Amino acid sequence: MIQLALVIDLNVCVGCHACVTSCKEWNTSGEAGYMSDDRPYGEDPTGNFFNRVQTFEVGEFPNTETVHFPKSCLHCEDPPCVPVCPTGASYKRPEDGIVLVDYDKCIGCKYCAWACPYGVREIDEHQKVMKKCTLCVDRIYDKSLPQAERKPACVMACPTNARLFGDVHDPDSEVSVAISENGGYALMPEWGTKPANHYLPRRKTRIKIHDDELMRADNPLKKEGVRPKPDVHEPSLDDVTSW
Amino acid sequence: MHPAFSVIFLTTLIGAGQGLFLALYTAQVYSTVELLPVPPSHFYVQGSAIALALLIGGLVASFFHLGHPERAWRSAARWRTSWLSREVIVLPALMGAVAVYGVVHHLNLRLKDLGFATSVDGDLALVVGAAAVALAFLLFLCTGMIYACIKFLQEWASWLTVVNYTLFGLASGFLLATAYAAYQAPALVYFFGAWTVIITLAVWVTRAASLIRNRRLKYKSTIQTAIGVRHARIVQKSQGFMGGSFNTRDFFHGAAPWLFRSIKWVFLVLVFPVPLVLLFNGMVDRSVPMLSSAFVIQYLGLLAERWYFFAQANHPQNIYYQTIS
Amino acid sequence: MTQTSAGRRETMNTTCYMCACRCGIRVTLKDGEVRYLEGNPDHPINKGVICAKGASGIMKQHSPARLTRPLKRKAGAERGANAFEAISWDEAFALLEERLGNIRATDPKKFALFTGRDQMQALTGLFARQFGTPNYAAHGGFCSVNMAAGMIYTIGGSFWEFGGPDLDRAKLFVMIGTAEDHHSNPLKIAISKFKRNGGKFISVNPVRTGYSAIADEWVPIKPGTDGALFLAFIHTLIKQGLYDRDFLVQYTNAAQLVNMSKDSSEHGMFVRAEVPEEEGCFDPQNKLWWDRLSNKAVITHTPGVDPFLLGEFALPDGTKVKPSFQLLVDRVKDYTPEWASKITGIPAETIRRLANEMGVTARDQKIELPIAWTDIWGKDHETVTGNPVAFHAMRGLAAHSNGFHTIRALSILMSILGTIDRPGGFRHKAPFPRPIPPCAKTPKGPEAVQPNKPLDGLALGWPADPDDLFVDKEGTPVRIDKAFSWEYPLSVHGLMHNVITNAWRGDPYKIDTLMIFMANMAWNSTMNTVEVRKMLNDKDGNGEFKIPFIVVCDAFQSEMVAYADLVLPDTTYLERHDVMSMLDRPVSEFDGPMDSVRIPVVPPKGECKPFQDVLIELGSRLKFPAFVDTRGQRKFKNYPDFIINYEIEPGSGIGFLAGWRGKGGEKFMKGEPNPNQWEMYAKNNCLYHHVLPKSYQYMRNWNKGYLEWAQRHRLTRYAEPILIHIYSDILQQFRLAAQGKTQGKQPPAHLRRRIETYFDPLPFYYEPLESQLTDKRKYPLNAVTQRPMAMYHSWDSQNAWLRQIHTHNYLFVNPKTAAAEGIDDGNWVWVESPWGKVRGMCRYSEATEPGTVWTWNAIGKQPGAWNLEPRANEARKGFLLNHLISEELPPQPEGEYLSNSDPVTGQAGWYDVRVCLVKAGPDEEQVSSPQFDTLSPVPGEPTRHKNWLAYVTGKLMGT
Repeated sequence: MIQLALVIDLNVCVGCHACVTSCKEWNTSGEAGYMSDDRPYGEDPTGNFFNRVQTFEVGEFPNTETVHFPKSCLHCEDPPCVPVCPTGASYKRPEDGIVLVDYDKCIGCKYCAWACPYGVREIDEHQKVMKKCTLCVDRIYDKSLPQAERKPACVMACPTNARLFGDVHDPDSEVSVAISENGGYALMPEWGTKPANHYLPRRKTRIKIHDDELMRADNPLKKEGVRPKPDVHEPSLDDVTSW
Repeated sequence: MHPAFSVIFLTTLIGAGQGLFLALYTAQVYSTVELLPVPPSHFYVQGSAIALALLIGGLVASFFHLGHPERAWRSAARWRTSWLSREVIVLPALMGAVAVYGVVHHLNLRLKDLGFATSVDGDLALVVGAAAVALAFLLFLCTGMIYACIKFLQEWASWLTVVNYTLFGLASGFLLATAYAAYQAPALVYFFGAWTVIITLAVWVTRAASLIRNRRLKYKSTIQTAIGVRHARIVQKSQGFMGGSFNTRDFFHGAAPWLFRSIKWVFLVLVFPVPLVLLFNGMVDRSVPMLSSAFVIQYLGLLAERWYFFAQANHPQNIYYQTIS
Repeated sequence: MTQTSAGRRETMNTTCYMCACRCGIRVTLKDGEVRYLEGNPDHPINKGVICAKGASGIMKQHSPARLTRPLKRKAGAERGANAFEAISWDEAFALLEERLGNIRATDPKKFALFTGRDQMQALTGLFARQFGTPNYAAHGGFCSVNMAAGMIYTIGGSFWEFGGPDLDRAKLFVMIGTAEDHHSNPLKIAISKFKRNGGKFISVNPVRTGYSAIADEWVPIKPGTDGALFLAFIHTLIKQGLYDRDFLVQYTNAAQLVNMSKDSSEHGMFVRAEVPEEEGCFDPQNKLWWDRLSNKAVITHTPGVDPFLLGEFALPDGTKVKPSFQLLVDRVKDYTPEWASKITGIPAETIRRLANEMGVTARDQKIELPIAWTDIWGKDHETVTGNPVAFHAMRGLAAHSNGFHTIRALSILMSILGTIDRPGGFRHKAPFPRPIPPCAKTPKGPEAVQPNKPLDGLALGWPADPDDLFVDKEGTPVRIDKAFSWEYPLSVHGLMHNVITNAWRGDPYKIDTLMIFMANMAWNSTMNTVEVRKMLNDKDGNGEFKIPFIVVCDAFQSEMVAYADLVLPDTTYLERHDVMSMLDRPVSEFDGPMDSVRIPVVPPKGECKPFQDVLIELGSRLKFPAFVDTRGQRKFKNYPDFIINYEIEPGSGIGFLAGWRGKGGEKFMKGEPNPNQWEMYAKNNCLYHHVLPKSYQYMRNWNKGYLEWAQRHRLTRYAEPILIHIYSDILQQFRLAAQGKTQGKQPPAHLRRRIETYFDPLPFYYEPLESQLTDKRKYPLNAVTQRPMAMYHSWDSQNAWLRQIHTHNYLFVNPKTAAAEGIDDGNWVWVESPWGKVRGMCRYSEATEPGTVWTWNAIGKQPGAWNLEPRANEARKGFLLNHLISEELPPQPEGEYLSNSDPVTGQAGWYDVRVCLVKAGPDEEQVSSPQFDTLSPVPGEPTRHKNWLAYVTGKLMGT
């Protein structure tokens, strides 16, 4: 059984929000659209987005880590939002594990959002239906696109390639390998939702220099004639003894 | 959680409706076995009508919660998995049963009209009513479980939620029945009043238990598990947008801390001691205004209780929506 | 799901302009309307990725702030009131033709053209030159000219458009003073790959955001002290012997002998051998080394000679000489890590460790590529080698008044590690490297400005000695911004930040017409915003404006537009042709020259006209020689026609675009105009990329093959080596002039000490000028800004999607610093400098150096500007630090009105300001301060969606 998912590499995410707006751009005119914005030019502008990038500070100065954290629907393997939906509008596709909302069935009761611990569902205030990341289901199977571009818009956009996309059930897929080799983890494992999306933690590269590496036979300073020769007329042992 | 007023009215109105019906039915059972005098049949007819009106009122309120109320019929589809769907089925079923119960009383229909003769007065109403009783308790279960089944909403995820919903509904309904009896069947006032006192004291205990439980809750989700970083000091600097979103509007009560705290005391006072005092006084001289005001005050208290029930629930998604910058 | 109807789908490639990175974008149109914009996967700059801004281009296109009609200030209206009437383009052109024609016929310097974007300089510069005015520059002077000048005067190339870190092969990457999104997508792609390849990434920055967030090590530093850090690195590396001696000897002037006799007029200059000096702008190879073997002076690069880098020697005539490296060693002797630690706030141990990491990585992880090449002295090399330590830096170093020397120090650090144009280090991008300094020169005096004649020289250039300064006999500046004068001799990008103040004061003279393109000089692009706005509207005793006429060309209703007398509505990037030309700042890659174009994908909105077409129309009407033939007939129909047919000299075959030249598009760099050039670019991802042979891709300062190739293709006039200037005797010449030891131009008396001090041939550390003049007990904190990734370099923070991410700004403060002033997270605070104060909200941040406060720049807006609602958060809660920053220093002996700038380059010292924090009182209004009058929309502006908005392929839903 295929389970499509995103793997987000926090080790390279710089928090640029490219995934946020590329998602909006693709989806507002796509099958999951539209995506409305309220007070777009006024006070407290607010709108419908499927993906957000958040920022956290870990630790205290000077040992501070700034963590940029993109978050969208995690397409849980055991999605709590699906069974609670009274109409069946919220569903998980058996063929690829994508959790979707059927806008024609959605009554806008918001119960699915209550039942999601991750806060990734957003109701569209004008279409009045619950919306969320679809993994760009209208892109990834679009035969009119070249194979390499049949990926979610956020994955295509991500400048640091921090977003990997693939089948987490296929142990040889890029995403599965990335998870297993880099300590990929799921969010809020305590609820047993088994999110399909995973995150890769920060990894640090350090340089260790041993003291003896700083002293080398070929030190270029040795080439400089910095040791002046004493004048021949300066006193020496020759002046005082004949042995 | 942001208290949704449509849901607050839904649950309090149908709770009172369910309670009232159960009070009526209890009275009928008692009078059938001659523990109570038999009230006039219009007592049941009009009582059922009031219960039905409360149920309809709750249903109407619920529509305000929906983005697409015209599609509400679809919500019966997922009864196998969704308590909400179950509620959507049980509520109209109960309304139907209560209506039939009222009609049976009104027409004084008997089982013999259907070909099964018994010697019990009101036998058909008792049978229909028994079905309605089952539906009423089922509805309490559904309503309570809608909240109690969300396991990560830890304030809600407890059997106390179902118990409280049930007892609050019963208390409210029996209190209404007391007032109603003072008006239509004074002989039953003490009967309803006594049950109201018992139920109210019971729910006082169970609601206090849930408050104590919630105060001692240890949240399983933390900022550490939310983002998967193990460090004692993690602070959100930006939630990713500044003007708010569905996730900041629907999951935070937004009330000032003093208001939040005072609402708790408001409901603790309005739901329990004040109605009980009014009830005692009202029972003595069978005062309709006194007993009615006891019901109204308790109902207002229940609105506050329900508001607090929502506001006190900390959704783990809120961990992700703490700071703008 | 909503089923979307099929529709006619087509894709077109063009080049993004949401910021200055110039990524390739692919626009998918459905029935002619934009469906979406994405990165072009075949574009070498961004390889298919796109950033937050690029993906929000649709909202720029449909911005309610679009200007769509030419506007004239209403008679009697004040400037700044935003009171305009719409006029036709015919009227606008007629008005400009008459006014500019009169100026050009009388005194061309009374017309000044300054542009906010510096990637269009080839055309704007040509226009100004043809007009005959010296008063032209782009925004480089207030952006990052220190970076350009400091590096180009040292290594002949610079970061960003002209060069950058080779992260494909680097093992250690040190990023210093770089805003969180500089060089957006290309650098993001590179950093990510670099990290995944296991490299170590160090970020030196007072704040940790953006790129710095993913650094393996964050080194918080106090702003303006980076020079001290670099000097301590150099000190440590030399002390440990961790420098690339061979590289220094062969490819820099480190071994060249400097005249040490104090009395000589040649003191501090390299000793020249008795070989005939050649004409031309390059370093003649007539300097001396001291040979270790024969123990005497020989001509540099004499085969078989190994010179001393250290020591002191005497020439046969008794002249004492030292290799310039010895002077560097003398210079950094006291710049110990302990010394630097006190200044930078970085522990000495960390400084030492970082220096060792750089030195050991450079020395022990050498890269050797099997690429044979020949150096300019004729020696064959079997391999190209490299030391894999790469650097990147930008405004954090540049925007300080000590930035030039800081960046010289960085360039020298990069050079002693042996990392210039080598794999894993710094790599040039064509047309760089250039000679040091590049050949372009301004005129040398006021006689170059003549009525009805083009300027005799370029408005901007690269002075090689004091005689190249653009001053009159008394030393008075010829340019309105005083660039290339004794106040800021190497101000190679001009001083746009002083133009308005100088023009208002009439110092050095009054001008008539100021034309501003795409620069918000009444808001976030100016220092001292409040006062500058008054100057723009100030009148003399006769009731005439002190700056008589202001023309603004912009696509959006910015705060600056309000101050215009005439507004010209520009197009957006999706509506126009554009070139990223080799004559300008092309999009070249490390492996060879590349230029690119924009082509329109949608028609212009309303009456919008691309600024380039405006210039060509005006140039033709004013009969500039480059734009009309000998009979005075217009040569170019429009901008695309100009791009195809214009040649820098008739028949030269060199034009704005390098690709597909020649009649059939068979030539590149040089060739006859090709009528189908645009089509060929359009077919080829809108770019032309010439990949050099591998042997020409490295060591280009000294690579015979490359230099001769560049000469043949007219990228450069001379195929001469470009030795790195560890020691700058160009600077020393200015110092000698200040000491009165030269025959040529000398500074006026009041500036002699300034020139003598700051024209030091070796880098040195000094506290930024403004800090020196500020009471640091009263103003203990540094205040800096950067723009956020989602708005970096972008020209539209009113974008409906992006403004949800940043709708106002906070002042980020270390919690300890804030708590010491009793300020809580989220409190309103006053930020006060000696020049003014602003009120905004505080946000605690552990990722901020405790001596620094910072905020996102250019988010605060004037109410109603950019057609935002007056109550928009940008106006009510957003704030600018610009109000705290003065464009001039307090009066001092060196001058009453010296620019708040680097004394060498005139780079605006934005980040020098010192501030203190005061908690706002409980009764104060909770809005940002200062507040400004509300602007109303101008005629022709689209209606703003008040309630809601949703975009569906060309259709704007909502109300």
